[in-house]
Amino acid sequence: MARRPRLQTYDSSADIAFLLLCYFLMTTTMGSQTGLSRRLPPIPDENQKAQDQKVNRRNIIVVRINAQDRLLAGNEPMDVSQLKDKIKIFLTNPTNDPNLPEKVPTEIAGLGNRMVSKGVISLQNDRGTSYQAYIAVQNELVKAVNELRDEASMAEFGKSFIALSEDQQRIIKDIVPQQISEAEPKDTGKKR
Amino acid sequence: MSMFKKGGKKSTPNIGTSSDIVFMLLFFFMVTTQMRETENKVVVKLPTASESAKLERKDLSSYINVGTPITSLQAQYGNETRIQLNDSFKTTKDIRDFVAAERESMSEADRAFMTVCIRADENTRMGIVTDIKQELRRCSALKIMYSARKAD
Repeated sequence: MARRPRLQTYDSSADIAFLLLCYFLMTTTMGSQTGLSRRLPPIPDENQKAQDQKVNRRNIIVVRINAQDRLLAGNEPMDVSQLKDKIKIFLTNPTNDPNLPEKVPTEIAGLGNRMVSKGVISLQNDRGTSYQAYIAVQNELVKAVNELRDEASMAEFGKSFIALSEDQQRIIKDIVPQQISEAEPKDTGKKR
Repeated sequence: MSMFKKGGKKSTPNIGTSSDIVFMLLFFFMVTTQMRETENKVVVKLPTASESAKLERKDLSSYINVGTPITSLQAQYGNETRIQLNDSFKTTKDIRDFVAAERESMSEADRAFMTVCIRADENTRMGIVTDIKQELRRCSALKIMYSARKAD
């Protein structure tokens, strides 16, 4: 008989803790935010504009998504799944095609001269493009660059890009820069 | 042989240990939890992207939700795509004030690393997202992130 009350006090504290636990379980948001990071270009000055337009034609690939979510990369229509390979060929220019971007030897800290592509991807979208299609294309562009970085880090350090130290990652980023420019939208389709 | 003699009677202390375990779980969740600061007033189903990377500094990010109002608010606000800042529907004009207020709440050193997360529904049209981007450029909040779910 003397045991009963002690048992009950244990029980209730466990119950209260359990209720609190349930409360925190319900209100908690565990998953961390993921997404694609981008840096927007600053608003250009008037006197800077002339300089921007000097980028050579061969160094630019225009990726356009229209209001029907159709994709045009470098003047040929294609599916999103083909885009990655197209971008990789554009950025590497394996055959030194004069129509693909030029590569300039650049002094990379700690490694010496490496050929760095001057290619810029210009992403244009319509006001009617769906966000999903836009992200899908952005994703393919990032994937192409990431794969090239992986290949470069394999060649330079014999490791995949993620396994490298921060300094090494910075070096690889110098060799394979991510040059994606998000142009202002062009109203090609119907406005919604 | 007295080792196994007490077996049947000794069941009471177990309650104490179970409450300890529950307490430990409780502390774990109390520490790891972060309260949802704002209530979602728009439906946001994030698009998927296989290359999406983790956000490094969560405390330095502010969120812009874009989507259609939730069903209970549609009678009041209609079902056009809206922008939600903090707890209310806003227009692109208000982004400037929002960014300024978010900047103000950060320490001087952290302001350069401020990231604006654009959480837009996958069916949103790019027009509104572009307007947001242009407005962010104008108030020089240039670090942005397109929120996306990680696909396998």
